[in-house]
Amino acid sequence: MKDWGYKIIAARQIDLDSNDLSMADYISRHEISFKWCIGCGSCSATCTAAQFTDFNPRKVNLLIQRGETDGLKNEISKCMMCGKCQIICPKGVNTRNIIHHIKRALSNVGSF
Amino acid sequence: MSAHFNLFVIPFCAGITILPLLLLWRYVKWFRQLTGEDHEKIRNKLLSIASLKAFKEVFMECLIHRRIFKVNPLLGYMHMSLAFGWFLLIVVGKFETLYYTHDVANEIYYPVFFRFFEPSPHESMLLKFLNASMDFLLFFIFTGLMLAIAKRFYSRITGLKKITKHSTTDRLSLTTLWLIFPLRLLAESTTASYTGNGSFLTQPFGEFLATIIPAKQFSIVFWWMYSTVLGTFLLTIPFSRYMHIPTEIILIFLRNYGIRTGNHYSGFSEYELQSCSRCGICIDTCQMNGQKISGSAQMVYFLRDLRSNILTPELSENCMMCGKCNDICPVAIDLTQQRLIQRKNHSNNFPYNFSYLGDFNPEEPERTSPDIIYFAGCMSHLSPSIIHSMIKIFKAANLNYLFLDEKDSICCGRPLKLSGQFEAAKALMESNKNLIISSGAKTLVTSCPICYKTFKEDYDLGIRILHHSEFLAEIINKRKSAIKTEGLKIVYHDPCELGRGSGIYEQPRILLEKFSKLVPINQEKEKALCCGGSLGNLSIRVDEREKIQKATADVLNSPEADCIATSCPMCKKSIAQYSGKPVKDIAELVAANLETGKIIIKIKKQEDKVPEMIEF
Repeated sequence: MKDWGYKIIAARQIDLDSNDLSMADYISRHEISFKWCIGCGSCSATCTAAQFTDFNPRKVNLLIQRGETDGLKNEISKCMMCGKCQIICPKGVNTRNIIHHIKRALSNVGSF
Repeated sequence: MSAHFNLFVIPFCAGITILPLLLLWRYVKWFRQLTGEDHEKIRNKLLSIASLKAFKEVFMECLIHRRIFKVNPLLGYMHMSLAFGWFLLIVVGKFETLYYTHDVANEIYYPVFFRFFEPSPHESMLLKFLNASMDFLLFFIFTGLMLAIAKRFYSRITGLKKITKHSTTDRLSLTTLWLIFPLRLLAESTTASYTGNGSFLTQPFGEFLATIIPAKQFSIVFWWMYSTVLGTFLLTIPFSRYMHIPTEIILIFLRNYGIRTGNHYSGFSEYELQSCSRCGICIDTCQMNGQKISGSAQMVYFLRDLRSNILTPELSENCMMCGKCNDICPVAIDLTQQRLIQRKNHSNNFPYNFSYLGDFNPEEPERTSPDIIYFAGCMSHLSPSIIHSMIKIFKAANLNYLFLDEKDSICCGRPLKLSGQFEAAKALMESNKNLIISSGAKTLVTSCPICYKTFKEDYDLGIRILHHSEFLAEIINKRKSAIKTEGLKIVYHDPCELGRGSGIYEQPRILLEKFSKLVPINQEKEKALCCGGSLGNLSIRVDEREKIQKATADVLNSPEADCIATSCPMCKKSIAQYSGKPVKDIAELVAANLETGKIIIKIKKQEDKVPEMIEF
């Protein structure tokens, strides 16, 4: 194929009607501040685990809100729960409790 | 001997027979759940001074209630009069019966209903004295009972703002306990009214009763009621908060043998759990209650829910883990550890994967074999002025140090442990441990009390572990010429994990006194407040945190002080938001004073040599 110097990204849409939003529901039920996130990315910038991996709390939050939870377990397992993201968050989101509840939901599959 | 019998003794006898069986069944079960190591400790110390110490503690705590006296003298008196008064009533009562039967092994109910079975008035001086003693003890218990009833309506008379909201079982049990003594008085008084065997309390009261009711006919009714209420109370003990009465005795013995609540729920945890008397002293001390954040997550309710198997993860996760309740608990239960174990039960199976740390090696600095490792901790990375100050001090002291988490830091693991994920925490600890041990350093200095506690308790490093306040107190000295210079006036805030968590109260103060004047405040050392930033509470909302932060900053804001000092990056951040004064970490103060020359470093300045003051 001819290299044009650019490529076309496959069309992609987020279908909130068909995506599974049960994780987002479960977390916002248990941690109200889940919805306060403005996506500024401070958490990802300060994250301890992100120094070693591509772990990104902001992305995790966004993907859960969209219902795209494939591979979530892999991602969330990298978190060290150190709490820097929570201290730094300008909106006062309880990031540690969100991650705690994601883990809880993942370890009790089917019951949340 | 068989003359001493009446049908009314049956309810009491039922209670006194069934209760020991129920207790024995439980105690044996829990005893078998103790670990092998714990059994070993008991075997080794059973016949030692530890048993005598335990006896003394049982007397001081279970009967006199010394620790409650410390909280509030009137509250202490209330508990003492009920416990010690009742105990003496049983002992003196038994002694009294010996005169009649000359047999220690008389019927178990005989001393309890003695005045019914021995209606003749007493002649000998000894018996008269014993009789009066019994009346006096009953009166003594009554004073406590009156206080207990008054406390239910207006708790502040005993110094408590808030008292425990009891469950139905506890209320039933409490009612029977309260009825025991009035019914005993009525029964003895009505009997005395026609037999004359009463003393200074029961005799006149009985004669007064006889003027308004047919006392002789009523007396048997009261004896029946007294026996029934007593029997009912005894039977409710294993199912109510009064389980603490017998259990605390065993707990004190086990604790004196060196047994502690570890990281697992064991038989000892069960003894501890059942020793909670639900006195509610932990409620007032809890800042979550003080700031009206939660009135139902306190340890008394936590332990009650745990005992009834209805504990939710939400309740156990809603606690700052500051340890204020640990400090004040009159039964000395290791409350935060109990909560931590429950968090572990809720969350230990959570997914984790730190394999990415497997091949991690921090960039080797030029100095390959450091004497000291500096571990700043995650929270210090968010307060970089602490790190800068520490580096300045290390350099001024010319120490051969390695800044372990300068660039890529691994969390110490305590935040994971606090959230109940013990297994995941262990994985992080292993990674850090390898790094620390492979560096070959013999001293570890950390700036974060959270890291400090876990390095000391969980890592088993085999090297010296110092918080920077201890480290600085050791190496910093006052310059003679600076003695007369007026220092800053400072209020020191004790961080929870360093103070109550690790018992470090003196070193920061010794250090600060080298260049400043300490201003005392009401709530310091063991009574220090939590800054509100704690990682211990998972679910507290940000506005609720702010309430605690603000209240704590207010307490620290002594008008006499120029500056608030602390030794924890988290506390610094929490307090700084709301205090009108500068909030400094002690490392920052030391670094600033080094520059002005008020203080000097007290170690030999020999390059790459072990400083003398730091013992290995």
